[in-house]
Amino acid sequence: MSARLRPALLGLGLIVLIALPLVAGKFGLDLAARIMIMAIFAMSLDLLVGFAGMVSLGHAAFFGVGAYALYLLSPQYGAASLLVSLPVAIAAAALAALVIGLLVLRSSGVYFIMVTLAFGEMFYYYATGARWLGGSDGAYVYQRPSAGPVDLGQGHAFYYLVLIALAATYALLRVILRAPFGHALRGIRSNEHRMRSLGFAAPRYKLLAFVIAGALAGLAGYFDAAQFGVVNPELFGWRLSGSVLMMVILGGMGTLDGAIIGAAVLVLLENFLGDLTTHWLLPMGLFIVAAVLLLPQGLTDPAALWRAMRERSRV
Amino acid sequence: MTDGTIFFLIQLLNAVQYGLLLFLVASGLTLIFGIMGIINLAHGSFYMIGAYLAFVFADMTGNLWLALAIAVPLSFLFGLVLETLLFRFLYGRDHLYQVLLTYGLILIFEELRSLIVGNDVHGVPVPHFLDFSIPLTATLSYPAYRLALSAICLAVTALLYLLIQKTKLGMAIRAGAFNREMVQTLGIDIGLIYRLVFALGVALAAFAGMLAAPTTSVFPGMGNQVLIICFVTVVIGGIGSIKGAFLGAMLIGLVDTFGAVYAPQFSGLLVYALMAAVLIWRPAGLFGAAAR
Repeated sequence: MSARLRPALLGLGLIVLIALPLVAGKFGLDLAARIMIMAIFAMSLDLLVGFAGMVSLGHAAFFGVGAYALYLLSPQYGAASLLVSLPVAIAAAALAALVIGLLVLRSSGVYFIMVTLAFGEMFYYYATGARWLGGSDGAYVYQRPSAGPVDLGQGHAFYYLVLIALAATYALLRVILRAPFGHALRGIRSNEHRMRSLGFAAPRYKLLAFVIAGALAGLAGYFDAAQFGVVNPELFGWRLSGSVLMMVILGGMGTLDGAIIGAAVLVLLENFLGDLTTHWLLPMGLFIVAAVLLLPQGLTDPAALWRAMRERSRV
Repeated sequence: MTDGTIFFLIQLLNAVQYGLLLFLVASGLTLIFGIMGIINLAHGSFYMIGAYLAFVFADMTGNLWLALAIAVPLSFLFGLVLETLLFRFLYGRDHLYQVLLTYGLILIFEELRSLIVGNDVHGVPVPHFLDFSIPLTATLSYPAYRLALSAICLAVTALLYLLIQKTKLGMAIRAGAFNREMVQTLGIDIGLIYRLVFALGVALAAFAGMLAAPTTSVFPGMGNQVLIICFVTVVIGGIGSIKGAFLGAMLIGLVDTFGAVYAPQFSGLLVYALMAAVLIWRPAGLFGAAAR
């Protein structure tokens, strides 16, 4: 996308999202909120995969921590305080990411992929057996959180809060990536040894990125639990981790807009296929396999896509 | 011997049996990574497919050995086809795309399984002449099938060792892991070697699934459970190292089995604690070269 076109498109997208409640019904708004939540999640992973070159296959672990934090902070039949539960959920996810990050960041490359997947599944298996977390059936969050006059269960409050969170996440990541920290991450991605010899404490940068990404994933998980009113171990699971990785790749790694587009495409596709058949994972799997074989650059770079198609047609 | 010692020995047998079975699956995973540089998430699915093949053919023929005789060549063939159609295009590509494609494959295999055989849990009967337990004391005994299973796994492990260390083909495989171009220059068809190694990995995982079917039953999601433990195994042993996979599998067998007996409240978490400890001590695994 050209440098001038992008701000215009972003502004347009924001206006459409702000005005959406005027025209869309409940179904449309729920779907839009779902897309925005997944977009937050996908952007958080993009910070790792697209910018720092860390392919995590266990990112859902932190999404799950955020979701379960809301469950644990909700009184049995009442609403949790938004002002308490939201920061605590984010902090819990950040803390989990700090502990896991200290371990997984000792590895890199293909080890990193395997180790993150294994630790993510550790959360999953722990949750299936833990009675205080509701075990394998999960548990209900009966009411959405509220704070004074703001009740996420009423009107469009939830939709707008998610929209604000999406905009804030986007802005935060943009700032982070423009800051020296972001440039250091890109440097580590392309050549970690050189960055180290230049005096950058690469492990610390990577750990900080891992913690920020975990915290933002926790934010997304928190909203997910609030939206559906239920938590279960699947929220920690490899399927969600894989699906969010797919969103990042589909949109084209290393672009925040791409992560949002990837999230939208995948959520809409899931929704569409889910309506057609209960075996929707079959076409989804075929779609993913085809996407990997045919679109090495993701969807956001039409020029590269066009080149790839021409290359292919020549062969 | 006291009952306590016998009980301990039984657990030891269980641990070894679990470790050997795990090794069969993990060896394929580590071979495919070590030689072709491919990380294969769908490896657990091959285990699942093997178990379901055993179930279907044992149901049809009424004989597990006959089912094995049909299903093992079939899964080897399946590996050849899969390599030719898909995996061939993943060599040399970023691990990210390998992860994604094989993730897509898991979804496809699981849905096809659900469409063809449904989502029920099935049992596979133990072969008739092994369907007894060996009495050890007045109260303790050990099922004969589990002993036979361990023996078969040991035999396969020995064959695998001979194949890789002592044959011409094994020499070419080992050489291919080091330097692909050089092997090609020497007139060896590296594409064929890759195809055979991949199919071997698939067949080993499927074979492990078939052997395990009578002891664990056959259920949806069994492949993913195995995949995760295989990853832990390979991370502990060092990716690409068969020796490491063997040691890792044995360690996990011991930790998991004795953990379930002596510390049941932590049993599921102990293998991950083991992995964490290895990561802190030796980030590239016990027998691993530097991470690639």
